[in-house]
Amino acid sequence: MKKKMWIVLALLCVISVFLFTASCSKQSVKADLQDVKDAAAKQESASVAAAAPAPAPAPAPVVMKTPVPVGPSAEEIAAKEKSLALKAMANEDVYFDYDSAVLSAAAQGVLKNKSIILGKYSGVSVKIEGHCDERGTNEYNLALGERRAESAKSFLVKLGVNPSRLKTISYGEEKPVDAGHDESAWSKNRRAHFVAE
Amino acid sequence: MTYFRIIFIAFITFIISLTGPAESLAGYDYIDINSPFLRKIPIAVPLFKSKAESINSSDMQMSLKASDVLSGMLDFTGYFKMLDRQSFLEDPSKVETTATNIDFHNWTAVGAELLVTGEFQIRGGVFEIELRLFDTIKSSQLIGKKYTTGVNDLRDVMRRFSGEIVFYLTGNRGVFDSRIAFVSNGTGNKEIYTCEFDGVNIRPFTRNNAITLFPAWSSDGQWIAYTSYLKKNPDLYVQNVKDGSISVVANKGINIAPAWVPGKFELAATLSYSGDQDIYLLTGNGKVIKKLTNEWESAVSPSWSPDGKKMAFVSSKAGTPQIYVLDIDSGHAERLTFNGKYNTQPNWSPKGDKIAYSGMNGGKHNIYLIGLDGKDPVQLTHNGGDNESPSWSPDGSLIAFSSTREGPSRIYVMTSYGTDQRRLFAISGEQANPKWSP
Repeated sequence: MKKKMWIVLALLCVISVFLFTASCSKQSVKADLQDVKDAAAKQESASVAAAAPAPAPAPAPVVMKTPVPVGPSAEEIAAKEKSLALKAMANEDVYFDYDSAVLSAAAQGVLKNKSIILGKYSGVSVKIEGHCDERGTNEYNLALGERRAESAKSFLVKLGVNPSRLKTISYGEEKPVDAGHDESAWSKNRRAHFVAE
Repeated sequence: MTYFRIIFIAFITFIISLTGPAESLAGYDYIDINSPFLRKIPIAVPLFKSKAESINSSDMQMSLKASDVLSGMLDFTGYFKMLDRQSFLEDPSKVETTATNIDFHNWTAVGAELLVTGEFQIRGGVFEIELRLFDTIKSSQLIGKKYTTGVNDLRDVMRRFSGEIVFYLTGNRGVFDSRIAFVSNGTGNKEIYTCEFDGVNIRPFTRNNAITLFPAWSSDGQWIAYTSYLKKNPDLYVQNVKDGSISVVANKGINIAPAWVPGKFELAATLSYSGDQDIYLLTGNGKVIKKLTNEWESAVSPSWSPDGKKMAFVSSKAGTPQIYVLDIDSGHAERLTFNGKYNTQPNWSPKGDKIAYSGMNGGKHNIYLIGLDGKDPVQLTHNGGDNESPSWSPDGSLIAFSSTREGPSRIYVMTSYGTDQRRLFAISGEQANPKWSP
């Protein structure tokens, strides 16, 4: 009987101690928080008061980049245009009738297009190759090929291209694009071909 | 009455004998040099005999080879009909070689009018042979020669003896020492090669790895001029045959189709550096001497007369490519060809009387001959692909040309009458543009 009593007493003491300390600390915490808040409010109002009257120096402008898709620049686009134009010039040959260096209306049209390209890109020089079909003899065709290249060159010069930008060479029948032995092949070989330099 | 008949017949016979076919003062003509190919002389070339006492296999091989080489060369000339050895009456190992021993009836019986015999021995790499030419009908020896040489120089000996035979019969040494230059693209690029007169012993002359065209031999055979894109432009090169030293004519424009002046170290070629395509005369070192054609619509393809006083060339002045003849002294040129719309590649015969050329009709090229009067051109090739680029042999008896009659372009040879057209050889790629050396 006596033991039980002492245990109950001890428990009561412990519990009361706990209750006491807890409530005390709460109180002190509350008091602390309050203090802190008050202190911060005092600080803010102080700093605002300090900032407002000084003349603000213009803040350095931050370059805000609008989002750009990853691709070519203006220079790159221009360079691509030029290379396409020069390719177009090389891909379009001027064609001739059999045994002739005379420029047909179609041939003149092709040359006009080339003169426009050459006018736009004034730094470009061109080598004009004169070619023939396989008929006829090699000597005669070397001479004819040269006449075809010169014929194209003269026409371009008349259209205003500086002759120093135009070189000519004849390959006669030595470099056909089509090795066939009929008019369809021959007509493709009778040509002036442009190579940008 | 009979008395008068006899007188009458005798008189007529006398008149006819005076006006009958004239015999040459020199006697019997073996080859009528004016029509040398119309009748080929039947000739027998039996196997040559070895002098060795016991004949071994290399003797037998030489026996066959030597007589075959000689037969081939004689056959090449077009003057002879080579009789078939199978038809001979004599046992080949017992063929008699000297006039005293030969039974000529054995040879006339098989149709031979000429006979060649040979007797040889091989001793330690040295080849010694006696060669004889006989007239079987007259039973007489015409030529007898003895040659000593290395065993590997058999062709040399046979070339010389063939030359002796042809010289005896025609007064001309023939083609046996000549060479032919030509263009072939077997390496992937057109390059120049040379070979012996019958197509044997082909050797590369250029190794430019660039388009190379238009070989032309100088008169002394020591230089070949040609056009090459070696420096990316059609430039003219003059290259020595022995040591390969080179001069270059590299003007802007075309420098093409060289043709040497006979007997001089000068050549003509088409140059366009002045703006017009004209034929110029140059030194063999490539320096311009003077302009030969003036204001001719594209003058190309020069070819000189044997005396160097005239030059044939091609121009389109009349609207289509035709052949003209320029008199060098006067500078006056006259048109030569009027038949056909495309006549090019003139080549003047070394005999001076005819010009061979390539004429295109109906899209096909053929070789034609025309006299200096320009009348009645004769067509030599027919219906066999494209036949171009004729070149005369130095004695004016044969013409080399290119032909596509088999498909790929090959070098062919024919007599100046257009007979005996045969391919010389076939190597990889296509061959064209033959030029026979002087």
